[in-house]
Amino acid sequence: MSSIILKTAVRYLLPILLLFSIFLLLRGHHLPGGGFVGGLVASIAFVLHSFAHGTENTLKLLKYNPIRFIAMGLLLAACSMFIPILWGYPPMTALWVDRMIPVVGSIGTALFFDIGVYIVVVGAVLNILFTISLHSH
Amino acid sequence: MLFTVLLGFIVAILPAFLRKVVKTRWLVLLAIVPSLIFIYYLFQLPAIASGSVLKQSTDWVPSLGVNLSLRLDGLSLLFTLLISGIGIGIFVYAYEYLKKHRYIDRFFTYLLLFMSAMLGLVLSDNLLLLFIFWELTSLSSFFLIGFNNESEGSRKSALISFTTTGMGGFFLLAAFVLIGDIAGTYNLSELIDQGNIYYEHPYYPLIIAFFLLGAFTKSAQFPFHFWLPGAMKAPTPVSAYLHSATMVKAGIFLIARFTPILGGQTMWTAPLLIVGGFTMLYAVVNSLYRTDLKSILAYSTISALGVLTFLLGVGTKTGFIAAIAFIIAHALYKASLFLVTGIIDLKLGTRDISVLGGLGKTIPIVAFSAVLAALSSAGLPGSFGFISKDLIYEATLGSTIFQPESTGHYLLIGLAVLTNIGLVIAGFLAGIRPFTGTPSTKIKLPSKIYINYKLWVPPFILATISFVLGMLPHLPSHKIVDPAVTSIHNSITSADLALWHGWSVVLALSLVTLAAGSALYFMIKPSHDKEQYFAKWQVASPQNIFAGITDVFKTMSMSITNFMHNGFLRSYTFKIILFAEILFVYLLWQDGPIYIDYSQLSSISIYEVITIIILCGALLLLLLSKSRLTAVVATSVVGYTICLIFVFYSAPDLAMTQFSIDTLTVVLFVFVLFKLPPFLSFKNLKTRVRDSIIAIGFGVIISLITLKVMQQPFSSEIKDFYANYAYTLAKGKNVVNVILVDFRGMDTMFEIVVLSIAGLGVYSLLKLRLKSSEKE
Repeated sequence: MSSIILKTAVRYLLPILLLFSIFLLLRGHHLPGGGFVGGLVASIAFVLHSFAHGTENTLKLLKYNPIRFIAMGLLLAACSMFIPILWGYPPMTALWVDRMIPVVGSIGTALFFDIGVYIVVVGAVLNILFTISLHSH
Repeated sequence: MLFTVLLGFIVAILPAFLRKVVKTRWLVLLAIVPSLIFIYYLFQLPAIASGSVLKQSTDWVPSLGVNLSLRLDGLSLLFTLLISGIGIGIFVYAYEYLKKHRYIDRFFTYLLLFMSAMLGLVLSDNLLLLFIFWELTSLSSFFLIGFNNESEGSRKSALISFTTTGMGGFFLLAAFVLIGDIAGTYNLSELIDQGNIYYEHPYYPLIIAFFLLGAFTKSAQFPFHFWLPGAMKAPTPVSAYLHSATMVKAGIFLIARFTPILGGQTMWTAPLLIVGGFTMLYAVVNSLYRTDLKSILAYSTISALGVLTFLLGVGTKTGFIAAIAFIIAHALYKASLFLVTGIIDLKLGTRDISVLGGLGKTIPIVAFSAVLAALSSAGLPGSFGFISKDLIYEATLGSTIFQPESTGHYLLIGLAVLTNIGLVIAGFLAGIRPFTGTPSTKIKLPSKIYINYKLWVPPFILATISFVLGMLPHLPSHKIVDPAVTSIHNSITSADLALWHGWSVVLALSLVTLAAGSALYFMIKPSHDKEQYFAKWQVASPQNIFAGITDVFKTMSMSITNFMHNGFLRSYTFKIILFAEILFVYLLWQDGPIYIDYSQLSSISIYEVITIIILCGALLLLLLSKSRLTAVVATSVVGYTICLIFVFYSAPDLAMTQFSIDTLTVVLFVFVLFKLPPFLSFKNLKTRVRDSIIAIGFGVIISLITLKVMQQPFSSEIKDFYANYAYTLAKGKNVVNVILVDFRGMDTMFEIVVLSIAGLGVYSLLKLRLKSSEKE
């Protein structure tokens, strides 16, 4: 599947879709969106890239094997889950930084948990799809 | 006290992690662990001997009543000393025995794990904690029996022993829960203080049955004894430690521990007497015709465990004193006999007593320990075995189950005498036969065998202690035996063990036993013919019966699996949906008629009508399509229209997610499209009709359930809770997302874990297939 139109389109679509996925992730706390949808959109972006340039090139672009994303995401989510213990709260308590940060909004453990979900979703979806695509040839 | 239990667990991790850093010869230093524990408990002796009970408690899961509470009284002190004391010798010996083994570090991990679990078991002051340690001992025993995991026999024996003791564990748990429920506490000390409050309870027989099943499986009582001879597949130090000196006595410990709680009734003593009495005679007869040293020792151990059960069943104070004394005597002489057997096996490569002989000249120091141990087992005056044998007779004579001088009473005495004669012979066979006479021509004996001190010192010390205690019986009498009996019998006891009791019936019986045993020993010539003759009778043995039951289970589960798991995805879907339908129909039937409240339904807009028309069209296309690609496209149209419906009903989060998922599903389909088997069209009318009935039925049922849900008065409590607290508690305005990451964040955590496992599963499945194709 090598098409000039798709390749050119992907050059612009990939960053836009990725930005959109991060936008979805960040707005999730107040408006429709969240880590899960964000992760799915990001995976779609990479899948689109793999259509245009081939899975091997997408894997090069990702730099890390999708399996590592799963591990990183799980680690981040687990950390944000257990960090409240250090302050003597039960795990999963949401802790927030008082000051607002521009663009991102308020920062808290729930945000990092959501980012963890995002990364796990990207890792798991790409892992499944790319493994299958690489082995179906 | 807690640190003695935890120390072993913590150190147990070390050998596994440090195997690259630590040299094998440093592993012998692990013997420091049991030494420290042994010294610690030696220092507790005076306090416990003066009658106090030490307790220590740390909260663990207080909401379930499970706490790390420990209790050190006479009984637990005796066991902790045995576990740690014999443990020192076993650790040193095992290092020398296995130092060339590849997995020696792993071995010590298991051994430490076992030791700590066993310590925890005897120290637990909480029923559930006790149960956890109980299971841990079974588990570590499983690993130790199967330690030579390359041999099929080892693996099989490990499995048999684990299933047997594990099954007993379940019964034990049931008994514990019943006890805890009736008494209202799981704290052992409180239970002991309450005494037997159960004997009038309707569940009392049930509790006793469950409890004894647990104890009997662990302590290898008939008909559950068969796992113990199999457990001899373990390396010999393990057999000495777990399967004769400590773990198998856990059941005995438990019976003793619960005597003040459940005992004092005929319903309690009768099964102990019957099972113990039968086991002790049955096992000792079984030990006499064997030729394998370890088998002889295994069966005589089972017999000794039977004796202990029997003594606890006698239920008198003398019975308890005898049981405690016999535990000590047996642990000392049996462990050293096992260790000697291990030396012979290691150096000569055989344990067959029909060929062994004359080793006394080649390895005199080992022979010396073996003979000492055998004499203690025979009950030669001057050994601790003699004192315990005296007490066994005294207890049997004083038993109150039958009238004195009635037939039953004589039967018990006869049983005890016969068993003890058998034990004398078995001890001589294992401890004296290999060292005397002339060796068979079948093996070549080297003229001199070098034996490392780490191998011969432990059995030597254990055998010597048997005689030291035998000569000076007042040493253990007050410090160890008295407090132990006190904690079983709940009254201040003075055992006054002594070497000389004066001329009495007991002494006469002892001497008769010794004489008859020695005489019979010279008459018995173990041979393989005899063993094979008896093996014919094994068809009806409990082991074969249990194996038969297991086989029935196996074939049954195989046939069920074959039926359910035929490898066709469509058949799985069919079965799952059919099963769900049956359940739902039953529930709807139970729940009564369905009303539709038309006033609650909102009007249908034109957008919805159009969407539904598209949906139906896509479905029709899907059903009639002749190619897979069309089917995939049609399915995705169905998915997208459902997204639209979500949008209409203001569920944007859901719609967005569904939209992305649908896109990715189509991509996935495209990836695997060419890999899939040819498109099957089911021309068979019968299959089509069947499937369509199932499918339409499922749709109808789901619709009915949806209507049913609307019929329920809508509880807005939950909705209000989330709506009100989403912003104040979780600082988020999007309720859906707040639920996902905050209120029910734990669920999300597990969901992403499941997702990761699925991802890894796909990865490894495909990689695995690639590898096997590479091999081809």
